[in-house]
Amino acid sequence: MGWAEVRKLRHDHLDIFTRSVQPLLWLFIFGTALQNNRTLSGGFHDYRAYLVPGVMAQAALFVAIFFGLGVIWERDVGQLQRLLATPIPRLGIVLGKATGAGIRAFAQGLVLLVVVAITALSIRWNVLDIIGVFVLLLLGTGGFACLSMILASLVRTRERFMGIGQLVVMPLFFASSALYPIAIMPTWLQVVAHANPLSYEVHGMRELLLGISAGGWLWLDFLVVGSFLAITAVVAAKTYPRAIL
Amino acid sequence: MTQLAPVEELRASVLVDGLVVRFGEVQAVAGVSFSVESGEVFGLLGPNGAGKTTTIRVLTTLLRPTEGQAFVAGHDVLREGLAVRQSIGYVPQAISIDGALTARENLEFYGRVTGVPKRERAERIDQAVEAMALGTFLDRLGRTLSGGMLRRLEIATALLKQPEVLFLDEPTLGLDPTARRVVWDRLELLRAEAGTTVFVTTHQMEEAERQCDRIAIMDLGRIAAHGTPDQLREQFAAASLEDVFTAATGGRLEEGGTFRDVRASRKRTSRLA
Repeated sequence: MGWAEVRKLRHDHLDIFTRSVQPLLWLFIFGTALQNNRTLSGGFHDYRAYLVPGVMAQAALFVAIFFGLGVIWERDVGQLQRLLATPIPRLGIVLGKATGAGIRAFAQGLVLLVVVAITALSIRWNVLDIIGVFVLLLLGTGGFACLSMILASLVRTRERFMGIGQLVVMPLFFASSALYPIAIMPTWLQVVAHANPLSYEVHGMRELLLGISAGGWLWLDFLVVGSFLAITAVVAAKTYPRAIL
Repeated sequence: MTQLAPVEELRASVLVDGLVVRFGEVQAVAGVSFSVESGEVFGLLGPNGAGKTTTIRVLTTLLRPTEGQAFVAGHDVLREGLAVRQSIGYVPQAISIDGALTARENLEFYGRVTGVPKRERAERIDQAVEAMALGTFLDRLGRTLSGGMLRRLEIATALLKQPEVLFLDEPTLGLDPTARRVVWDRLELLRAEAGTTVFVTTHQMEEAERQCDRIAIMDLGRIAAHGTPDQLREQFAAASLEDVFTAATGGRLEEGGTFRDVRASRKRTSRLA
């Protein structure tokens, strides 16, 4: 499945380019407008650099959450039925699909890092840290792609899924540490943000890329995001075949 | 429930016994029993909403039956789903080719996911390409192919593994007579070479009469008639299978199928035409 996604990307370079524009807009318009705001960056000297992990995870989140649209499309055209009648285990199909979303997120993240390097934003360029960032990105994207497949198995039409996708993606994004530190949120929102896997994904990526932490441990970030993928993958493997009904 | 003779059970490639499928209050399949012998071309006919696709979905392990039993290639569809999926090929009525991949990549993809050994994959793909005359459009993206090309490619992907039982849901929908001939010639060859059992649903009565060894006509979730084309014509004192179909289904106008089914079916026919 991952093999097929790489092939598809090779046929459609424009897709990566267009998808990469959105995080760059967040970084260079939103980030530049608030560049000198120390509160939003948790005291870090450059808000744009602070935003890099957040917009990288956000762009991947959008790819992953709307991945379920593909499941509904595949059901409508017959690919899903065909795939489910092959010997691949259901969990293998789900993880293959999640890998597909991860590959797209990886390509987006790579474009973003290239632009960050060209514009000389102050992040740490350590190979192991960058690898760690991409591991977290792949785990998180895979988890949200599986969540999307679970949602797709519950709805009948692409139009309804679009509505549900928006309903899910906005709270996930804004109630996380993607744009600002959790510490500046009111208490009730902090509780929500601490239950949000995206917060852990961004927190870990920020610690690896910038060397700053809002408290907590890096291993915990990997554990939470990895467990999120494991749980959603198992649930999606159970619900995914229901999409054909 | 039809009692099947032991000898029939032994030779059966597909065995369905008292199959019932309910969706809430709706009974889509209402106690169906039949068997398909190894190497046979078996046609399942019926109006829309008769229960054909639901039956195929049970046999391909996509759906769990509410009651009854079904065996494919000697494996229980409920308890040995993986073994069933390893033994079958399936081409659904809807278009199952990935439009974002080329024809060659679709063949490679289905070769991988259906478990064709890596060392044999290239050779099997070459054979399928030759058999279904795909050579001229192998490097074109799926979404740019015509209806006839798509159907031939889909059937080629299902043949890669040389399955024991091949399920084809409306395989020649939207094909011109020449392309239909290519498809059926290839299926005949597969049957002769590998002894593959072909289980087909179709609305093309003439095609069913010509190609199927035995036929079952489903109506309202039940088997309304079954036998060889000759037996059915004799049983219903009818000149053609079309007349048999009308008699067996009571000559009612079709009322089955939801809005979504009809919309999807029309889109599909238009895409394949």
